[in-house]
Amino acid sequence: MRTDTIAAISTAMSNSGIGIIRISGPEAFDVADRIYRSKKGTKKLQEQPSHTIHYGYIADGDEIIDEVLVMLMRGPRSFTAEDTVEVNCHGGVLAMKKVLETVIKYGARPAEPGEFTKRAFLNGRLDLSQAEAVMDIIQAKNQYALQSSLSQLKGSVLRPIKELREEILYQIAFIESALDDPEHISLEGYPEKLGEKTNKWIEKTGALIDSFDNGRIVKEGINTVIVGKPNAGKSSLMNVLVGEDRAIVTDIAGTTRDTLEEHIFFGGISLNVIDTAGIRDTEDVVEKIGVEKAKEKAESADLMIYVVDSSTELDENDNEIIQMIKGKKAIVLLNKTDLNMVTTEEQLKGKIDHPVISISAKEKTGMEQLEQTLKEMFFHGNLEFNDEVYITNVRQKQALEEAKESLKQVRNSIDMEMPEDFYSIDLMSAYEALGRITGESVEDDLVNEIFGKFCMGK
Amino acid sequence: MRNVEEFVDVVVVGAGHAGCEAALASARLGMETVIFTVSVESIALMPCNPNIGGSSKGHLVREIDALGGEMGKNIDKTFIQSKMLNKSKGPAVHSLRAQADKAEYSRRMRMVLENTDHLSIKQAEVNEIIVEEGKITGVRTNSGAVYHCKACVLCTGTYLNARCIHGDVSVYTGPNGLQAANHLTDSLKANGIEMYRFKTGTPARIDRRSVDFSKMEEQFGDEKIVPFSFTTDPKDVQIDQVSCWLTYTNEKTHEIIRSNLDRSPLYSGMIEGTGPRYCPSIEDKVVKFADKNRHQIFLEPEGLYTNEMYVGGMSSSLPEDVQHEMYHTVPGLEHAKIVRNAYAIEYDCINPRQLDASLEFKNIHGLFSGGQFNGSSGYEEAAAQGLVAGLNAALSIQGKEKLILDRSESYIGVLIDDLVTKDNKEPYRMMTSRAEYRLLLRQDNADIRLTEKGYRAGLIPEERYEKLQEKMRQIQEETQRVEKTTVGATEEIQKFLEEHNSTPLKSGSTLGELIRRPELSYEILEEIDKDRPALMNGVGEQVNINIKYEGYIKRQMKQVEQFKKLEEKKIPKDLNYDDVGSLRIEARQKLKMFQPLSIGQASRISGVSPADISVLLVYLEQMRNNRKIEK
Repeated sequence: MRTDTIAAISTAMSNSGIGIIRISGPEAFDVADRIYRSKKGTKKLQEQPSHTIHYGYIADGDEIIDEVLVMLMRGPRSFTAEDTVEVNCHGGVLAMKKVLETVIKYGARPAEPGEFTKRAFLNGRLDLSQAEAVMDIIQAKNQYALQSSLSQLKGSVLRPIKELREEILYQIAFIESALDDPEHISLEGYPEKLGEKTNKWIEKTGALIDSFDNGRIVKEGINTVIVGKPNAGKSSLMNVLVGEDRAIVTDIAGTTRDTLEEHIFFGGISLNVIDTAGIRDTEDVVEKIGVEKAKEKAESADLMIYVVDSSTELDENDNEIIQMIKGKKAIVLLNKTDLNMVTTEEQLKGKIDHPVISISAKEKTGMEQLEQTLKEMFFHGNLEFNDEVYITNVRQKQALEEAKESLKQVRNSIDMEMPEDFYSIDLMSAYEALGRITGESVEDDLVNEIFGKFCMGK
Repeated sequence: MRNVEEFVDVVVVGAGHAGCEAALASARLGMETVIFTVSVESIALMPCNPNIGGSSKGHLVREIDALGGEMGKNIDKTFIQSKMLNKSKGPAVHSLRAQADKAEYSRRMRMVLENTDHLSIKQAEVNEIIVEEGKITGVRTNSGAVYHCKACVLCTGTYLNARCIHGDVSVYTGPNGLQAANHLTDSLKANGIEMYRFKTGTPARIDRRSVDFSKMEEQFGDEKIVPFSFTTDPKDVQIDQVSCWLTYTNEKTHEIIRSNLDRSPLYSGMIEGTGPRYCPSIEDKVVKFADKNRHQIFLEPEGLYTNEMYVGGMSSSLPEDVQHEMYHTVPGLEHAKIVRNAYAIEYDCINPRQLDASLEFKNIHGLFSGGQFNGSSGYEEAAAQGLVAGLNAALSIQGKEKLILDRSESYIGVLIDDLVTKDNKEPYRMMTSRAEYRLLLRQDNADIRLTEKGYRAGLIPEERYEKLQEKMRQIQEETQRVEKTTVGATEEIQKFLEEHNSTPLKSGSTLGELIRRPELSYEILEEIDKDRPALMNGVGEQVNINIKYEGYIKRQMKQVEQFKKLEEKKIPKDLNYDDVGSLRIEARQKLKMFQPLSIGQASRISGVSPADISVLLVYLEQMRNNRKIEK
């Protein structure tokens, strides 16, 4: 068992209330002291009694990250039975993300899925009757985290990482073949070449890390496009989802002329929502562009939410949309149930086989059903572990940083004129770190690469 | 007709490199041991390459030696050229390789066997193993003789149902035309042992008198020879060496091969066995690496008293006429006379996952195995396993704890762990890249790593063990002294640094700091290190490595700590994986099949995920708690 210090966000990732970052392990107090500043700046958490709460700030060096309450629990009187520090910060996604990143920067490791629970159990905090349940949770959490981490990573991120791995593996295999068969394969002049490659790799990993910092990865939730004929209530729905008036809502059809993009957490699900101009035949040039754009966006989306105005008859525009969503992942929302229903669920179900939910964006009804349907569609109904989606991202970033560090070490070894076999040690670490992102295990990759790419032997 | 019946402690089947080490280990622990061979002349035969050691294999020989095995001593007495490979690289990949006088190697090993107490040699083919109630009780030979035993070590090499092939010529013999063992496989199968069929090959041997060496590059041995065995005095191995010769294939060679591929048994489907990728035949190389216009060929002498030379790099199973044509295209071999044709050999071996890490069969108590029989390749890999199997056979009879080496302490540990936990689909060869902690598993410190284990097992004499203790003490003291001793920026020091292209000092420095400079070393500093004490052989080298690579070594040691934690979590033998809820089906099947000894081992089985390991950990904890409550 690993007994290092771990950290994770232990509340749901949402924009509401307070978020808790839990740090557990032998160095929990040390880590906390490195980033905690009391008001006067002199308080040491290690010196404070157990089960007390302290007001102050989380800081990265001189930079104040957030205003927090810190709760101290010395083992064994904590959930995990280890020394535990819980940082209560402002619940915003950004705040929690930043605090967790700071905690990790100062010495904790991102927790594996279900690791707190596991530790709690192994330290005897959970009784035997809970054991079966714990096992199921660990198993489920793992599969979920892997699945979500992969589904979250788009090709644009995954591809460069995969390419990077392939390039690195090839070089390791080359070095190893030369070490294994020095009389056949020479390493003359090789360090210089590898040095150039390593520089490029360091640059590439750096760029990838930056992209994580920009939150692009976090934003890469389910790409969702809201479609519907004009004035069906798309923008109102968007506002309900976002929780504030973002889109312009009027009673005049065709108000939304461009597409609006918003990243939101809805019921704990990460959605990348695009509100589009209503799809209709129009002569208005500006609006026409908006309509074309909407169709385009809909083509590449992970999910379409088709908003139907139940107070009007289905018309040609609706028929066009129905054609558009055929064979795609979509949810049909029968909006305006607060008004006189002209179009009914039954009518729609005859035309499409997507789930149909009656809602009222105005009255904010039907949202729970929408949430449940989303979970079923994307997470097999299982989304209690939503924090893991985010954790996964932090871990991916950390893996990238580890890879970069290892590559720098390679660079360092080359500059120090270390022998070539030292390069492959750190190249392998970089390769493994990147593999944790793509979810690929190492197994016999190297041996296969050596035999496949290089001619050796008697 | 009455049959001979004898009673011994340990039966070893096969007297190749695995069998010899197994029999010696067992007999040296006082077990009455009999070693069977189809021909006494073939004891410790080297039917393929005429050398011992090489990259990572040299490490194995050193480890065998540190544990009390014979291979290192034997090659030190019978080598005719020696070379430390990778000397310009890091210490972890330095590897010793020596050309052997094959006949001498074999003769000397036979002599050692003949003169070891409790050991007797028997020329006979073993046809059957006798198993009663899941336990080995004896073996039966082809003449019907029965040897009752308490343990048995199978080291049948490439002899089981062996078939040698070149072109469309196929003969049912072992290597060098020796008698194959054609009955034992059936008996093993009848006892539920799963068999594989592997293949390997060897190049032609040619007559030295027919070679034009003027067209080749001469390859010399090292000026200063380092012995394999830690017990050999370096002074005793500074001999006159013979040379090897380097030449190359060319487009013409490749053309001949390509146009005759349809006549190769490999491509015609006549050979079913799985061959090793790291040791490809020349036809394989030409097909797979079509862009290479030449391949290196090493001509290696087979001994001092023979004209036969081994054509390294050109193993083949092409027909005889094609072989003639192809060898004759190589510069220097235009008129070469072939003494023995190249051939491929197919043989039966086991799926080694049936063994545990002590090399005992999981399902047949007292039955051990080692060497090519276990799906490995190479003399050194064989000897290493033979030693472990033979030693454990003896230890288990004596009721002592068996020797299990792990990946963090030895190449032998890596070798055995790979064999018993991974799905091996081809003959397994050792490589330094297979050892994840190779910076710690160096050939230069094999004695420090393993002598104590050999001593505890009873194979290393007291005196040698004490000598090692003294060496370790000296290493520690000298490392501390060097780290503490400072030198000033005196004229003498600056001049010394200048001579070695090293930056002059601005202020005082410790010797340790100077050793860390890439261009300097402990050895070089002798000149300015006035108080250097007289030290045992090998101490300076360890001091140098410990200081120079300290950062890397520490990092690996940390990794080993993590590794050890999982290795120490043992899985009870009576664990029923069907009782463990929420294991994935694939993981459950694999775990049942491999029956890992520890969580660490379980985590290396392909198809077992980290989540499965968590589940297993929780279950084990639960089991432990339950047992506590029951008590």
